[in-house]
Amino acid sequence: MQGKPGKVALMAAWSVEAGFYIAAIAISLLAGALVMAAAGVTPWEAYELMWQGAAGSANSLKETLVKATPLLFAGLSYSFAYRCGLFNIGAEGQIYVGALTGTMAALLLPPMPFGVHLPLALLCGFLGGALWAGIAGALKVGRGASEIINTIMLNYIAIFLISYMVTGPLMDAAGSLPQTAKLPASATLPQLAGSRLHVGFFVAIGTAIVLYWLLERTTWGFQLRSAGLNRRAAEGMGMPVRRNLLMAMMVSGALAGLGGYVEIAGVQHRLMQNFSPGFGYDGIAVALLGNTHPLGNIISALLFGGMRAGANSMQRVTGASTSLVYVIQAIMIIVMLVNKHWLGGLKKRIREALIRKVERSDSASGSTQLNWNE
Amino acid sequence: MDAATWSSYLASVLRLAAPLLLAGLGVLFMSRSGILNIGMEGMMLIGALAGVVGASYSGNVWGGLTTACLAGACIGALFGFLVITTGADQVIIGTAVNLLGLGLTTVFGRSLLGMGTETVKVDSFPMIRIPLLADIPLIGPALFEQNALTYMALLLVPAAGMLLYKTNWGLAVRAVGENPLATDTLGVKVHRVRYACCLLGGVLAGAAGSALSLGILNQFTENMVAGRGFIALSAVIFGRWTPSGTMLASLLFGGAEAMQLRFHWVHVPYQFMLMLPYVLTMAALAWFSGRTKQPAATGIPYKSAANRNG
Repeated sequence: MQGKPGKVALMAAWSVEAGFYIAAIAISLLAGALVMAAAGVTPWEAYELMWQGAAGSANSLKETLVKATPLLFAGLSYSFAYRCGLFNIGAEGQIYVGALTGTMAALLLPPMPFGVHLPLALLCGFLGGALWAGIAGALKVGRGASEIINTIMLNYIAIFLISYMVTGPLMDAAGSLPQTAKLPASATLPQLAGSRLHVGFFVAIGTAIVLYWLLERTTWGFQLRSAGLNRRAAEGMGMPVRRNLLMAMMVSGALAGLGGYVEIAGVQHRLMQNFSPGFGYDGIAVALLGNTHPLGNIISALLFGGMRAGANSMQRVTGASTSLVYVIQAIMIIVMLVNKHWLGGLKKRIREALIRKVERSDSASGSTQLNWNE
Repeated sequence: MDAATWSSYLASVLRLAAPLLLAGLGVLFMSRSGILNIGMEGMMLIGALAGVVGASYSGNVWGGLTTACLAGACIGALFGFLVITTGADQVIIGTAVNLLGLGLTTVFGRSLLGMGTETVKVDSFPMIRIPLLADIPLIGPALFEQNALTYMALLLVPAAGMLLYKTNWGLAVRAVGENPLATDTLGVKVHRVRYACCLLGGVLAGAAGSALSLGILNQFTENMVAGRGFIALSAVIFGRWTPSGTMLASLLFGGAEAMQLRFHWVHVPYQFMLMLPYVLTMAALAWFSGRTKQPAATGIPYKSAANRNG
């Protein structure tokens, strides 16, 4: 390995990783096709319909962005906690609580201008999520209780809490459905002319960029990541690890809570039961596929958002359930994890074979050059 | 409040506790061997669907139970492969199994069993009335006139206790959950023990799912497990990772569910009754801290000492 070993090895590693990544996605889609065929749907037709529904026209592209918005917030929420060494499985509950506190700010505060009301409601959603995750964070830091279990428990508590609020104290007085009154225009997110796409999508992208900067470019982000990477070392360096863990959990929850209110203010325009079909859990898949990198999350959220939008149009035509997407998504997670954790040996062998091949051709061309010099 | 109402309340507590208890015992075995199973929800769903499909194709409820247990074993083996052999993150795998269970059962539930009013209905587990005991006033009809699977679930509690605390294999399971490296050096095959626990957990998850679909509703409906997989996880934690504790917690949580279904005169919004298992589990986790803990190796993949660098 004389000459430029680093460069060759790096190139080999990159191409092997990229190859396996693409193969993983292809295998997931293939497995999805098998499931479709078994359920009596023509896979080719279904995928074509999905593609049409996700990216076939300007409208379907906008729908993809609408669907990607809550997924991105949830993915960022999981990623942030993960990078700080915590498992936040509670984005679902934090989404609900953020939606609740944001909606309360929208409905219960006295009328005020758009420029004040909307930011205030968004802030309340943000804080609601932070508070809800903070419960699990405080129990982790204070009592050593597993944040994994507690965030799961808080999910269900939140869902039942919202169910109670929209059938009880916050129920729309004018109707009999389990939902709140319509939000005032001063607290909703503006939509782009004539479509369902709302400003929330751009808020989500902005949030991802801010998070990237926060995690990778600030001292505080470094401290948070250190607490995750090596807690004892961080403690030894005199960093306030316990406070940082609590803060990390709260920021993670705040992101989900913000996403919850953005979904209400941008799409639903009122709080209702079960408005989230598991965005919080999908966020885990988004984060995994995005390698828990804030910017990677943007790409994977768009992919999953596209699958959601596409599945809706597929269901309209073929009658096959949108749940097919869950199957594809689950298989994708599994294949990705197998790729990440199990195929290390195989990849290493391919990488070494590649390097050897390059070296051999290098030395071959090297010797001919020598001959020419003679 | 008359005796008949109480008696029927008690009966429904037991009936609703049975799926929680079966699933809880499944989670318990996996937990004691150091595997955190967040995917119980999806596993139960697969069991619930397989139970109805098996029962309708074989025309026999026991055929349904067998199918459910086999399907559970398959998904348990898949879970085992992913968390034990590949060493992937158990939390993410659990989430993926939940998604997979929800997706597969919804898609195949529609294509195999139809939907809406044409949904296939099947016979439920036979009721067994134990003579003499069932004649005891008040508790007799509640405790001794139940479906077969409920008795089976209750009998599994002492069996699980024996297995965990009185056999060498049970000792191996507990040791693997606490300190796999030390256990490995004593010649116990860590991965084999964990695989066995995953299979057992899968079989029990299948039985739990069929306890819902064949024992309570007689049909499969989309997402019918509705959080019970997570309640089973709570029951294990609330029961301090012991079989009898899991049973008591299942009865308590089943009691809360039955209360919500039966007693509309209770002036607590039903949502707060449904929250109870989750709130109690959080309180218990905070309370236990420093005393009873979950098995120390929970959630950590194990690579054998010989294969550390691989």
